Amino acid sequence: MTWNDKRIETWVGVMLRTGVMLAAAVVLAGGALYLAQNHGPRPDYEHFHGEPAHLMSLRGIGHGVATGDPRSIIMLGLLLLIATPVGRVVMCVVGFLFERDRLYVAVSSLVLVILLYSLFFHK
Amino acid sequence: MNELWFVVILFLSSTGAGLLGALSGLGGGVVIVPLLTIAFHVDIHYAIGASLVSVIATSSGAAAAYVREGFSNIRVGMFLEIATTLGALVGAWLTTKVPTQAIGVVFGLVLLYSAYASLKQKHAEMTEKPDPLALRLLLKGDVPADDGLHHYVAQRVPLGFGLMWMAGALSGLLGIGSGAVKVIAMDQAMRLPFKVSTTTSNFMIGVTAAASAGLYWRSGYMAPSLVMPVMLGVLAGSLIGSRLLVKAEVRTLKIVFALVIVALGIEMIVHSATGMGA
Repeated sequence: MTWNDKRIETWVGVMLRTGVMLAAAVVLAGGALYLAQNHGPRPDYEHFHGEPAHLMSLRGIGHGVATGDPRSIIMLGLLLLIATPVGRVVMCVVGFLFERDRLYVAVSSLVLVILLYSLFFHK
Repeated sequence: MNELWFVVILFLSSTGAGLLGALSGLGGGVVIVPLLTIAFHVDIHYAIGASLVSVIATSSGAAAAYVREGFSNIRVGMFLEIATTLGALVGAWLTTKVPTQAIGVVFGLVLLYSAYASLKQKHAEMTEKPDPLALRLLLKGDVPADDGLHHYVAQRVPLGFGLMWMAGALSGLLGIGSGAVKVIAMDQAMRLPFKVSTTTSNFMIGVTAAASAGLYWRSGYMAPSLVMPVMLGVLAGSLIGSRLLVKAEVRTLKIVFALVIVALGIEMIVHSATGMGA
């Protein structure tokens, strides 16, 4: 089978589905642990006060997961989920490379650059 | 309210939202923010954070099914994602600058528009000449029809691109998928076949939402304990919904859902506008 758009899309579909299920499993595990440890009243979501700094950096989440912190595990699942569409764009760059479609290698690379900028630098 | 109960009720409500979203074709995201802010008194920043994550989950979760149908156009989607991601950067940035009440009012207006758009009939078949820019960018394809393959070429590419930028900005500002605006851009402006527009839009929603996710994350809009039941519920609901759907005619359901969305839209506008003076 040669490389064509249909084949790229099939691979992308499988990857997206797997990514979502993996992310949901991690979120579910973190959630179960969270509920096992927290029995108090619901947290205050009525007033916005952001999230603790350690949940807003990759290093902080990594450390939290290593120590079994439920919120960090949930955040890891959410980051996996956010990564699935990014993975889709990466697969399209590769797929268009195989198709030797230079125009669309450039288009999908541009989308990838915008996404990476937004994830790590956008303020 | 006890935390466990809060999580259970939130999960069940989100499952309902995901189910209705899948059956109506509007996506679950559009009702999550009103649900959280109106029924659960959640601050709108936490609400759009939870909603955006759910939008990514439903988009990626449904992708495999859409690929099987074979209508989505990967090039059209990728080209227009340049516009939606750039729009999302601006929209997400605005959430950190614009007052909460203004976000609420814009949200209400978008809800009203989505309800209207969901009931409108699809456009008449194309007659105009294809856009030369579309030919250069390979924005074309074939769709299976009753009498063999139908060839299509996109029209009015700059208009579609501009509308997609708008869709991205709204997605970033409101934490929604903006599926309704994306379909308008492809179906109405670019005159792509309806099935191509809806399935390509689904793919684009996840990528667009991911472009806002970084800023939401680093601004603390994603409260893990709140997002957890919402994301899992919407995902479960939308997966059940897409199984039920298959090819059933859902006109009545669409009307019911549109009425619910109109009510939510009015409530959000009134609620936000009266809160402005306070």
